[in-house]
Amino acid sequence: MSNIQYRLLTIVVLIAASIWSLWPRTVSVREQVGGVFHDTSYTRVPLKRGLDLQGGIHLALEVDESKGVVANKAEAIDRALKVVRNRIDEFGVIEPVVQKVGSDRIIVELPGVKDPDRATQLVERSAFLQFQITDKTNALDKTLPRLDQILRSKGYGKAGAATPGAPATADTGGKSAISSLFTPGGDTSKAAAIAKKDTSAAKADTAADTSLLSGATGGPLSRLIQPGQMPGEYYVATSDVPAVTRYLALPEIQAALPPGKTIHWGTTSDVGDGTNVTPLYVVDSKPIITGEYLTDAKPATDPIEGNIVQFTLNSEGGRRFRQETAKHINDYMAIVLDNRVMGRPPVIQSAIGTRGQITMRGQPLQQVQDLALVLRAGALPVPLKVVESREIGASLGADSINDGIRAGLLGVALVILIMVGYYRFSGFLAVIALSLYVLFTLALLAGFDATLTLPGIAGLVLSVGIAVDANVLIFERIREELARGKTVRASIDDGFHHAMTAIIDSNVSTALTALVLFEIGTGPVKGFAVTLLAGISASMVSAIFVVRTFYLLWLSRTRGAQTLSI
Amino acid sequence: MFRILHDTKIDFIRLWKITTIVTLLFTVPGLIDIAVTGYRYSIEFTGGTLMQVVFNKPPDVGQLRSTLDAAGVKGAEIQAYGSDSEFIIRAQDPRDVAQQSRGAQSVASTITKALNSQYTPSDFKVLRTEAVGPKVGGELRQKALYAILVSFVVTLVYLAYRFEWRFGVAAVVATAHDILGTLAFIKYAHLEISLIVVGGVLTMIGYSLNDTIIIFDRVREDLHDKRKVPLYDTLNRGVNETLPRSVLTHTTTFACLVALALLGGEVIRPFTLVMMFGVVTGTFSSVYVAPVVLLWIERKWPRAVGDRSGVGARARSESPAQQKKRTVAKAETTAR
Repeated sequence: MSNIQYRLLTIVVLIAASIWSLWPRTVSVREQVGGVFHDTSYTRVPLKRGLDLQGGIHLALEVDESKGVVANKAEAIDRALKVVRNRIDEFGVIEPVVQKVGSDRIIVELPGVKDPDRATQLVERSAFLQFQITDKTNALDKTLPRLDQILRSKGYGKAGAATPGAPATADTGGKSAISSLFTPGGDTSKAAAIAKKDTSAAKADTAADTSLLSGATGGPLSRLIQPGQMPGEYYVATSDVPAVTRYLALPEIQAALPPGKTIHWGTTSDVGDGTNVTPLYVVDSKPIITGEYLTDAKPATDPIEGNIVQFTLNSEGGRRFRQETAKHINDYMAIVLDNRVMGRPPVIQSAIGTRGQITMRGQPLQQVQDLALVLRAGALPVPLKVVESREIGASLGADSINDGIRAGLLGVALVILIMVGYYRFSGFLAVIALSLYVLFTLALLAGFDATLTLPGIAGLVLSVGIAVDANVLIFERIREELARGKTVRASIDDGFHHAMTAIIDSNVSTALTALVLFEIGTGPVKGFAVTLLAGISASMVSAIFVVRTFYLLWLSRTRGAQTLSI
Repeated sequence: MFRILHDTKIDFIRLWKITTIVTLLFTVPGLIDIAVTGYRYSIEFTGGTLMQVVFNKPPDVGQLRSTLDAAGVKGAEIQAYGSDSEFIIRAQDPRDVAQQSRGAQSVASTITKALNSQYTPSDFKVLRTEAVGPKVGGELRQKALYAILVSFVVTLVYLAYRFEWRFGVAAVVATAHDILGTLAFIKYAHLEISLIVVGGVLTMIGYSLNDTIIIFDRVREDLHDKRKVPLYDTLNRGVNETLPRSVLTHTTTFACLVALALLGGEVIRPFTLVMMFGVVTGTFSSVYVAPVVLLWIERKWPRAVGDRSGVGARARSESPAQQKKRTVAKAETTAR
């Protein structure tokens, strides 16, 4: 085979490979429709579109250290990555991205998802489930006088006293709590009224507690806390929750709390006259079992309890659960999720085995589904927080694609006009090379699984303009050689030869900046850098190799050609 | 054969005094303005929240503003975007940003709630939300600065490898000129510094450097050919010889940029504008900055005696392999 045939064969192979890599193919995607998973097939061009082109949500997550320092962050983030990936897989999004960036950040990209709050909830929620027995020893009642004393000694609870622990700019929820501190009389009566209403049913049980508390009425903390209906249960007016939370968070108070006990908030409920109360539970710190033994969790609706999540424990968890619950017959068991008690702790009537349920009461079905999902996918080893979020509507993305395509078409049309108008036949060859250039670039992007973004499209359009530079350099050189009276064949050879250093220089300098951009860029800008790099490699092939081959072919066909249209 | 600007013998460099004044008049006031009033930075760099909202019918901007104020979003900026029913809401105030250190979306959800309470949810649609926590913004600022510095250093290294030092210094000065001019342009055009603008600046650096390299390549070749011609004339000749290429390439590039500016949409417009200016300043600097600086350097540090022609320079700058290749090519030409 001659040189030309080899060259043509190479070009044909390149074109075939490009078309193959861009050929629409069927992808099977696990998708959730109405809570059930389906395997849906899509047929589409294997070019990944960035979130800015198809709409969706981008989240960057980091370890939230505001609630305590995490010792081994790198390891924690690796474990968190797995959990987040599990959850996203279960969430049923088409082609999600979950990856670690740097050493301490997780990037989550959810194409097509429209509800950012739900998505955030889903990945941020730690979903740490534990079962804890409520305190039977009245430990909190016994320590309350001391806690009040500590608070008083620190200057809390006096009318008009400064509240050094409170941040200067409390959020709106905290404001009422602060004002209530300044007007102790009014507030106490209100809290007492709630307490009366609430404890009426269980008055006999808690008579002793009430008397104990009434002695301490006026204490900064005891004033806000009323005993509830079961051991370890207390009520706080919801408006006082921020104040109590703040008190309990003080290091001195933390140190004085009963040992071996933990305090959790419950879910807020309405007592009927428009005021809300939030229960506070004192529980044994050591859980009888945690969510790590959980094998399955699914949403369900119970005629009495409303929406519930049913869960199943594995055999080891079941055995342990049975043992522990047998020890605690007639005790109350708090189901604690992310340090919040879910529903009212049920009384343990007999040993419980592998199955149980979490009552969600008035919660909408979707939240119940999501809870079941995060329980299945496992608990996060560390709390995460969103440090960056981007959400692009699908319509905006579609507009961007259309804009990009239209701009690209106009750009290509203008370049064709200029090249053919100026270089005639040679310009026509360059235009064919240019269309191959676009094909090669897209194929490279598909082949490397790169993501096409809006700046990427801009880069592609721009690189069409720049890609012809190589041909311009070559053509100008050929013209000069022709003007010096060389033959057409010699002019073409020398033209290519002389233009080569300039072409390589110009491509290298562009590639260097593209590489730097790739290193620093995020999402869209990285897409731009990738497109530019793919464009440079493709233009080297199309402008030099392809056009040269066309010339060789032309020379062999028109033997003895004297004039070259250039 | 249809040729434009063929075989021109324009004395470009003669005008260097005027062009220097022009470029100084353009760049210096802009740089002073930057020094005094600074730049505007995008959400990506400062942290903050940006929301693009489209309403069914044009809302009262005053009411929109008071809705956000009432919700406690401090100093949010409201800007019409494209039409009078589409808006960009920007909460970039340091206090808002600080609030986002707890969770990037906190301000965005406050805004959404406020809008929901003021308008019926079917009356408006949030097209885009960007929420960047302060830490991420700070990191990106460092990264971008680092990127520009690194690309400058990489360029320097490449030039040092490719050219003899006089050419390299001249090309670097030309590139620095382009960067400063572009910085001034960004200020004049009231563009905010975003990642996409930084991308534009970096692309512009590559493009303008290209142009300088191509002219210098030619000059170097010409230095080798004609021995008794002063550098001034050789430079002019190089510029003239590459003139058709410059016109063609800049036209095609500019045509694509015009297409992008007209049809490419709002998001990439800042990039397009920066690149358009980049094409202009890149062309300018490769004719009026790089060669002029080269002439000045030659006057200050003349080549050694017997080396006036620049042949020595060529020999130094070329690797033996390149020289050999060239000799072979020459032999081939002669053989033909």
